[in-house]
Amino acid sequence: MATVLSEQGELAVAATDGLWLSAEDAERTTGWTLKPEGMCRDDLCVPMPVRDNRIDVAAFWARLGQPVVHDAGGETWVLAVGAQQRNEALGGLVAPDFTLPDLAGVPHTLSTLRGKKVFLCTWASW
Amino acid sequence: MPVWQQTFDGLKTEEFMIVAVAEESRGGEHARQWIEQAGATYWCLIDTEHRVADLYGMVNVPQAVWIDEAGRIVRPPENAGSTDHFRLMDHATKTLAPEHQAARLAARTAYLDAVRDWVLTGRHALPADAALRALPRVTSDVALAQAHFRLGVWLRRHGNPTEGDAHLAEASRLHPESWNMWRQAADLDEVGKASGETFWERVQALGERPYYPPAKL
Repeated sequence: MATVLSEQGELAVAATDGLWLSAEDAERTTGWTLKPEGMCRDDLCVPMPVRDNRIDVAAFWARLGQPVVHDAGGETWVLAVGAQQRNEALGGLVAPDFTLPDLAGVPHTLSTLRGKKVFLCTWASW
Repeated sequence: MPVWQQTFDGLKTEEFMIVAVAEESRGGEHARQWIEQAGATYWCLIDTEHRVADLYGMVNVPQAVWIDEAGRIVRPPENAGSTDHFRLMDHATKTLAPEHQAARLAARTAYLDAVRDWVLTGRHALPADAALRALPRVTSDVALAQAHFRLGVWLRRHGNPTEGDAHLAEASRLHPESWNMWRQAADLDEVGKASGETFWERVQALGERPYYPPAKL
């Protein structure tokens, strides 16, 4: 089993030969769906080679121009967000949404505060 | 955090929330005493992966973003009222001259007054074109740094500090402006190291450049 860290969270997947994943795991880790035309999201499809109904998710992610890094053993992979995608998200000036836990582990989602002004600030103990 | 609580207390009747995010890869227990001492009643969230810094392009703490009622950014990330006076500290006695202490307090008060003013009157919110110009630009190196940082933190948490540290070092190499990445990695190596000797050397290397660029209010 390998671990994939992506925008979809932290997911355990059965990977072969690097990050070749089943269609189902490819969708869980990327949010894109494997169709006859390729990997698709909304109206966009990216043609990708398919082998035994599996695809090379690392190659797919790199083709989108987004960073892929992994540990030496190929057991943990990060599918990160590309610079272009980050800049586009910020460029609309809509506050990027996130969900994080408080000290008790209770999740809080920024967008539930719509209707209020929000002072979003960071700090650290270090 | 106590000063944010004072600001919050003073605005209780307004449609306003403070979301204080602890960029804390060691986990919430390291932030707990600060949150409890402040008696914080606003949202205090724990961000082990520095996700908020990644999403908003933040590079230091404390930094803040102002978000209006419609969920729009009206002030992009900026230093939240801290000043460079700490660089004038006497290293032997760890003290700051009274006039510098006073100047530091005045700057922080002015910033928090501006937050209060914005909540009450809308003042200091930037028009869209100015907000866009003030946004941080994410480069491909920065995006790649975020990937290495996330992997490094994960490997450290899962018992592989040697490999984790290599990814954290690569993150800092790719994104040298991020004090968050460098200092968090130092803290993961050893508590206290984030403000140790190497930190001071790095601050000194800034020369005339500010560690905390003042918010342009």
